[in-house]
Amino acid sequence: MNNDELDLWEVFLRSARGIEHKHVGSLHAANAEHAMESARDVYTRRQEGISIWVVRSKEIHASQSEDSEMLFDPAEDKIYRHPTFYDVSEKLKL
Amino acid sequence: MVKNMEKIGQFERKIAEEEKIEPKDWMPDKYRSSLIRQISQHAHSEVVGQLPEGNWITRAPTLRRKATLLAKVQDEAGHGLYLYSAAETLNTSREEMWDALLDGSAKYASIFNYPTPTWADVGAIGWLVDGAAIVNQISLCRTSFGPYARAMERICREESFHQRQGFEIMQTLAKGSEEQREMAQDALNRWWWPTLMMFGPHDAHSMHSQQSMKWKIKRQSNDELRQQFIDQTVEQADHIGLTIPDEKLKWNEERGHYDFGEIDWGEFERVLMGHGPCNQSRLQARQKAHEKGAWVREALSVYTAKEKRGDFKIMEREAVNE
Ligand SMILES: [Fe+2]
Ligand SMILES: [Fe+2]
Repeated sequence: MNNDELDLWEVFLRSARGIEHKHVGSLHAANAEHAMESARDVYTRRQEGISIWVVRSKEIHASQSEDSEMLFDPAEDKIYRHPTFYDVSEKLKL
Repeated sequence: MVKNMEKIGQFERKIAEEEKIEPKDWMPDKYRSSLIRQISQHAHSEVVGQLPEGNWITRAPTLRRKATLLAKVQDEAGHGLYLYSAAETLNTSREEMWDALLDGSAKYASIFNYPTPTWADVGAIGWLVDGAAIVNQISLCRTSFGPYARAMERICREESFHQRQGFEIMQTLAKGSEEQREMAQDALNRWWWPTLMMFGPHDAHSMHSQQSMKWKIKRQSNDELRQQFIDQTVEQADHIGLTIPDEKLKWNEERGHYDFGEIDWGEFERVLMGHGPCNQSRLQARQKAHEKGAWVREALSVYTAKEKRGDFKIMEREAVNE
């Protein structure tokens, strides 16, 4: 067979309860079940995770770096969204 | 044209500012092809690297050693997979890479073309070969291509027991009977020089090095890494009473490093060109494994096609109806 027939999947692991899933790598698989089994073998040999997410790479849409300005710059001058913007006494534990 | 200059400028700025290059970013063709070459060679080395040690799994002297060796060899298979995936983000396919390995046109680390006639060789490989690989891989954690750097970090974390288990084997043999001690020394004698060759030619003679350093694919030169490995290994050999087979090996106070003898570059070339002791059998073993796995790939292929056609859903429905 040709590996091209198999979709590429991205693998995400949650390392502990309460922590987000984090991208760890990718693999080829026929379907979700197969991707899950391969992810377990390839990425969790040392109990790195308590939960696995697999998603077809083609389902992921990534922003392009040339769009970064448009996407992210508008937040740059909105410093009033951060707590440090406000002038209140440290002692007040606000 | 202006657009192109802009892209090059942006790429070079990222490199200068230690920003990682990611797969979807624009990159020069030569950067891409250098990375594909290096990462796929690295992947092949992990895969072929299973063979010399795999040779000893069934004959490991104790259950503890057997479990350890099995876990290590399994890790190397995993390392190969991480690296093939990283290379694929550069728009090459696994088939292309495999084909190149199987038809003999791709290179892998020459060190794996040496034989493992005794149990001590398993110790020497873990201690020296993995030790050298770790020095190289720690440096590569700072490589400029994101997926490669992340694969390296993961690999480095897993490697740490590889070297320790090998050293432990050598230590045990060195403390054992006279015959065992000799076996350990003999393995060190055979593996020492080929291990030093793993770092590649001298900087002045290294074909790809300069450009790779400029693009920060490589972060330290061959000679630098080799020196680092020697400096750290001499003490380890002393500790277990084994002698490194190099009469010129001597601490140089002024340099703050060990001086060492010249590598036999003729041997390096010969093994690289395919004339090492095991080049043929390694390649044959890989080809055989690939052939033996054909039925798995075929089954998977048929299954995938059926699933895409929806055959299994129809079967499920029929089962419910019955
Ligand atoms: Fe490895
Ligand atoms: Fe290793």
